[in-house]
Amino acid sequence: MSEVIVVTSGKGGVGKTTTSAAFATGLAMRGHKTVVVDFDVGLRNLDLIMGCERRVVFDIINVIQGEANLKQALIRDKRVENLSILPASQTRDKDALTQDGVEKILNELREMFDYIVCDSPAGIERGAQLALYFADQAIVVTNPEVSSVRDSDRILGVLASRSQRAEQGRTPVKEQLLLTRYDAGRVERGEMLKVEDVQDILAIPLLGIIPESQSVLSASNQGVPVILEEESTAGKAYSDAVGRFLGEDISHRFMVAEKKGLFSRLFRGAA
Amino acid sequence: MSLLNFFRAKRPAASAAAARDRLQIVLAHERISRDGDDFLPRLQKELLEVIARYVSVDQNKAVVKLDRGDDVSTLEIEIELPMPTAEESRGTRVAL
Repeated sequence: MSEVIVVTSGKGGVGKTTTSAAFATGLAMRGHKTVVVDFDVGLRNLDLIMGCERRVVFDIINVIQGEANLKQALIRDKRVENLSILPASQTRDKDALTQDGVEKILNELREMFDYIVCDSPAGIERGAQLALYFADQAIVVTNPEVSSVRDSDRILGVLASRSQRAEQGRTPVKEQLLLTRYDAGRVERGEMLKVEDVQDILAIPLLGIIPESQSVLSASNQGVPVILEEESTAGKAYSDAVGRFLGEDISHRFMVAEKKGLFSRLFRGAA
Repeated sequence: MSLLNFFRAKRPAASAAAARDRLQIVLAHERISRDGDDFLPRLQKELLEVIARYVSVDQNKAVVKLDRGDDVSTLEIEIELPMPTAEESRGTRVAL
């Protein structure tokens, strides 16, 4: 039975697309047939993060409007087997995304893939609502920062009331927290919300903590999902999160700041 | 600049506790109104139906307001009743 996973947050810029790309890649690396779908119509970016921007021919709106079939629009990843990308339209209006159209595409994808990762746009408008409407599971991406936590709480409210599972009175969407851009050093100095605080406030299980890491930017510069940067802390943290998602018992890392010696303190800028 | 200041680099204030406390308060309020926002129009309609059984009321002259404060929240219902005689144009206000 295939699963639809929405990566959502309410707030923009917290790492939804980075997470969607990393998570889908991680699921595929573990042998699951996975597709990652960009729902951000008009502001397509998943293709850039996945490094397939020059291979986009058709997009999700073309499929909805019958101008192309799904197989033509899907892009197979060149690095990882079992992984495909369905890009969003860059030119069309986001109203071109219809509930019936999305349902039809997701049903077709369910036949072809084990996991369908939906990269939600920011906000709580139509695009974001359609991205989460058919979800079985939700990964709520949150930064340890007040506006992000508040918006995540809002999106949890939408999941609980306006998803298809909620409307049909089925088992609720399974919600998990992914705390990104976590800086354990700043947390220890009392400058940043602790993971326990955020978890307390949002009251959903913790899927993972992604530490603030320079490799996220360098990976996106090159169009490589950061999970493929296997030496980076962010890459390792995403890999752990995927394992936990699949039911493996992996303890949380990167919650404590690395002890820095005098040398690295003096040359902090270069580290 | 003294040598001491050089070693005592300025650090941002330890503000995480403030962030946590502010979030807890604001979200407690938002969660209540999230579930409750929809009941106000219904409450107004049902109240008017009950009151209309006893006195005639103008549907447009009813105001239902919900104010959430830090410690106390108030529900304010104001219904303006028309005077029984046509000559008197001044309305009687009944505050509940």
